[in-house]
Amino acid sequence: MNPVRDEGHVTKETGQGMESFRGEALSWELKDGVIELALHRSPCNEIGSLTLEELEKFVHALEGFQDEAHALIIYSELKAGFCAGADLRELYRRSQEMDRQDAAKGVRDYLERIHRVLNTIDAAPLTTIAAVHGVTFGGGFELALVCDLIVADKMARFCFPELRLGLIPGFGGIPRLKRDLGNAVVRDLLLTGRSFNATKLQQVGLVSQIVAEGEALRVARATAAQLGKFDRQTSIAAKEFIKPIPYEELQREIDIFCELFVRPAVESGLRKFAESEDAQPYLP
Amino acid sequence: MTASKQTLEEILNLAAAHFKVPREKLTPDDDFFKTLGIDSLQALDLLTRLEHHFHIELPDYELQGVSDFRTLADRIQARL
Repeated sequence: MNPVRDEGHVTKETGQGMESFRGEALSWELKDGVIELALHRSPCNEIGSLTLEELEKFVHALEGFQDEAHALIIYSELKAGFCAGADLRELYRRSQEMDRQDAAKGVRDYLERIHRVLNTIDAAPLTTIAAVHGVTFGGGFELALVCDLIVADKMARFCFPELRLGLIPGFGGIPRLKRDLGNAVVRDLLLTGRSFNATKLQQVGLVSQIVAEGEALRVARATAAQLGKFDRQTSIAAKEFIKPIPYEELQREIDIFCELFVRPAVESGLRKFAESEDAQPYLP
Repeated sequence: MTASKQTLEEILNLAAAHFKVPREKLTPDDDFFKTLGIDSLQALDLLTRLEHHFHIELPDYELQGVSDFRTLADRIQARL
């Protein structure tokens, strides 16, 4: 195992792949068969171009050490929460730097890249756990939805606020919610934009376990250790059998998002968000 | 004590304990953002704690524009 430098970040590599990485937005480490992916970009892990680049690096590395790992845990190191979703301020700023046609093309490119990342994690041949707390909104909720299990701190809060901006969720949220939940709950989350607590989402079957404040990562680790007792090929076959990836609907979601994105109402909503002085303007 | 006064009292006690503010400094008509010194993220945290405490669901849109304990108690009482 040789420590190497990778674009300014300290990493460790084995013959199989990059075992650990510390970037500006996220970090990962493979230990005892479990990969831990930690998010740590202030204020609340907003997913912009930097996070996307590091997520792409992660899924590339993931292919290299799948033989060594049986589980993946995704969690946040930040007190504010798991993830507040897409970096809307960056999205607005970039869209203002180009004409509408180029902005629409840029958004489609961004969505297709994030979908490739999330689809890879969704279909990964290992068991994935989202250990969430606090704000789990928009794209952050969608990141949790790609995981096989959600372990939630009792204070976690989930929401799809996109309709307030004249948009729909764009990181695969609707198809994955429809895969996992009844349509009435999906409509409630999507059309009202209200936030749900972890208890509500456990009642409807989305959250696997609710734990005391500050305990989500510990419980996720205990769950990951349990998963390591099973035959890998059986776990992979079981996951493939029970967790289809709704590729056609995911592509349709990108198309609808892009159709909506070019409307003036969206530009107005994004401007209002970007110019807000509230540190957490995504909150209700 | 009426049910609504009981609800208000429980909210004030919970807010004082969690945000470490002396209970006697909180009154029903206080702006809780100012009195507790909380931002919107902490308000969301308070909402979740109140939902757990009263075993209710309280949609955020019902709290838009609500900033005093008395109105908050009314909204909660309507869900009990």
